[in-house]
Amino acid sequence: MKRILTLIGIATFIMACSKESNPAPAPTGEKATLSIQFDNIIGSKNLQLNTGNYTNAAGEQFSISKLQYYISNIRVKTTAGVEFVVPQDSSYFLVNEAEPASQFLKVRVPEGDYATLTFVLGVDSLRSTMDISKRTGALDPSSGMDAGMYWGWNSGYIFFKMEGLSAAAPVDPSGQNKFRYHIGGFGGYSAPTLNNIKTIVIDLTAGGIARVRKGREANIHIMTDVMKLFNGGTMVSIAAHPTVMFSDYSVLIANNYTSMFTHDHTEN
Amino acid sequence: MKHRPILVGALLVVVIYGCSKADDVMSFMGFRKPANFGAPVYKLENNDITQAGFELGRKLFYEPRLSRNNTISCGDCHIQTSAFTHHGHDVSHGIDDRLGSRNSPPIMNMAWSQTFMWDGGVFDLDLQPIVPITNPVEMDETMANVLEKLRAHPQYPALFKKAFGTSEITGPRMMKAMSQFMVMLVSANSRYDSVVRQQGPAFTPDEQAGYVIFKSKCSNCHQEPLFTDNSFRNNGIGVGYNDDQGRYTTTLNPADKYCFKVPSLRNLAYTAPYMHDGRLLTLDAVLDHYTHEMQDMPTLDPLLKQNSTLGIAVTTTERGLLLSFLNTLNDKHFITDKRFSEQAQ
Ligand code: HEC
Ligand code: HEC
Repeated sequence: MKRILTLIGIATFIMACSKESNPAPAPTGEKATLSIQFDNIIGSKNLQLNTGNYTNAAGEQFSISKLQYYISNIRVKTTAGVEFVVPQDSSYFLVNEAEPASQFLKVRVPEGDYATLTFVLGVDSLRSTMDISKRTGALDPSSGMDAGMYWGWNSGYIFFKMEGLSAAAPVDPSGQNKFRYHIGGFGGYSAPTLNNIKTIVIDLTAGGIARVRKGREANIHIMTDVMKLFNGGTMVSIAAHPTVMFSDYSVLIANNYTSMFTHDHTEN
Repeated sequence: MKHRPILVGALLVVVIYGCSKADDVMSFMGFRKPANFGAPVYKLENNDITQAGFELGRKLFYEPRLSRNNTISCGDCHIQTSAFTHHGHDVSHGIDDRLGSRNSPPIMNMAWSQTFMWDGGVFDLDLQPIVPITNPVEMDETMANVLEKLRAHPQYPALFKKAFGTSEITGPRMMKAMSQFMVMLVSANSRYDSVVRQQGPAFTPDEQAGYVIFKSKCSNCHQEPLFTDNSFRNNGIGVGYNDDQGRYTTTLNPADKYCFKVPSLRNLAYTAPYMHDGRLLTLDAVLDHYTHEMQDMPTLDPLLKQNSTLGIAVTTTERGLLLSFLNTLNDKHFITDKRFSEQAQ
């Protein structure tokens, strides 16, 4: 009996130690599901793929046919300032405007009242360079590639992709007036290059903190205003930049869209 | 009692049979680092090379189902008898005879490569096959389709089981198997290697003289024993027909414009044409380039413009010697090794 107790003692001690070595102690307690909803809008309108017509600050009319982006590395902080980091293996999501279910990100966090949400728009560089067997689900390059969110020739994920039609765009080889924004770049593996990984911090206090409890599912409702891609620090013109992929200009676009997320409200 | 010899005979047969089976297993020696090579870069600890994995990788490498219309395999553009290049093609052609924009490089000594492709855009061999499979001018297929085709195939589920323990066919498993095959493609049995390892006759006087010239004029970039330093440089061949800017396209660093991976010089006898777009057909043309056709550009490697003189000075006599040295880098054993051939299956 004594032995077992000693063992338990040691185990507890070890657990305590390993917890302590975490940068931020996780709130204890039972875990419950927290839902984070990404509701894509454009200016003051709800986004409608293909059928909606919009005008950017450059005065160009356009419609959007595809919108996808990676959200990863989710963290939440309680009103008391205690942070919980969602285990990385369950913290990669591909939000796709064409798939409503993909717009609700479900994570398991300890019960608590959360006032801050932090996430990465894109895929961190560590995961971007990890062994292929560690890249599952939304990150499997052999399926992510089919979703069109992976550059094979320049090994790396496309973090944000938006495509659409606009008379302002020149006719492409397929005969369409198409614009394409494929934004990625994790900083480079063997040589430094552009880094478009963006960490977004959202304060939930004004819109309503998330009260995570077992048996309920709090839903943090985020609005993603993709008009910000055009109308931001840089005024992006489709005519001048119909296609932006792996190029220096992509940094300006990424800087613009960093401000596209706002917290609308929380359903507790 | 009378039957004893027969019994013994039968026993012997069993023993011999057993032995030869064991030999078969023993004959797969896994990955071996040649004595004159450094430590491999490929993370072998993440991909244990086994006979079953290697054989599965080989089968996949020669599998036309990896292409949209089941016509093109990796082995079509990477032919063993040409040291796994696309012999006779300046830029390789793929599905429906669509043309690519670059010359297919040899697949050899991949375990020591830090990056892949002429621009180094791929940093892990395990991620490499995705590129040709999904490239519209190469195999034009989707990974999801390839995996479906393999799952529906009468042999692959069992082969995956043999290699990975279960018959599940996933992208990562497929990539790992293909890497096992490619990592095993080690070319280290040229005359040069046997001289360096002191396993065979020494260089002839001409070869030795050529080696000395090589070391003073070429090995800064084409570093032994791989004959590449894995760096990206502009060797002054000038802008190609399609303005391929090489390394710059993956780093966006202006200093990398028109820089390409320094290629190995092993097996040159089998890998013509030369350079990233296959524009030079012979080694004489290559040496003409280095001696008097070099083009100055802002990113030209400084080694090729010393004391403001363009190019590398090589006399006619020196050229002959240099060529005889380069000839010692051909590895007949590599291009005829049965383990690597399509017929081996
Ligand atoms: C249509 C011809 C074609 C096919 C099919 C093809 N390749 Fe290639 N391969 C090339 C070309 C061309 C390059 C150089 C591309 C570049 O640098 O952009 C290349 C490069 C490579 C490299 C990099 C070598 C180095 O030293 O950097 C590897 C490895 C490779 N291919 C393996 C494969 C595998 C595996 C397959 C089958 C899944 C395959 N290839 C199918 C033409 C082809
Ligand atoms: C400053 C570095 C540098 C030096 C010095 C140099 N090379 Fe190169 N070499 C390169 C690069 C880079 C390429 C590939 C260029 C390309 O394809 O655009 C290359 C390509 C080649 C090729 C073509 C190989 C293939 O498979 O396509 C041969 C052959 C070659 N060099 C031989 C030589 C010889 C012989 C010397 C010495 C006389 C030499 N090089 C000196 C950098 C160098």
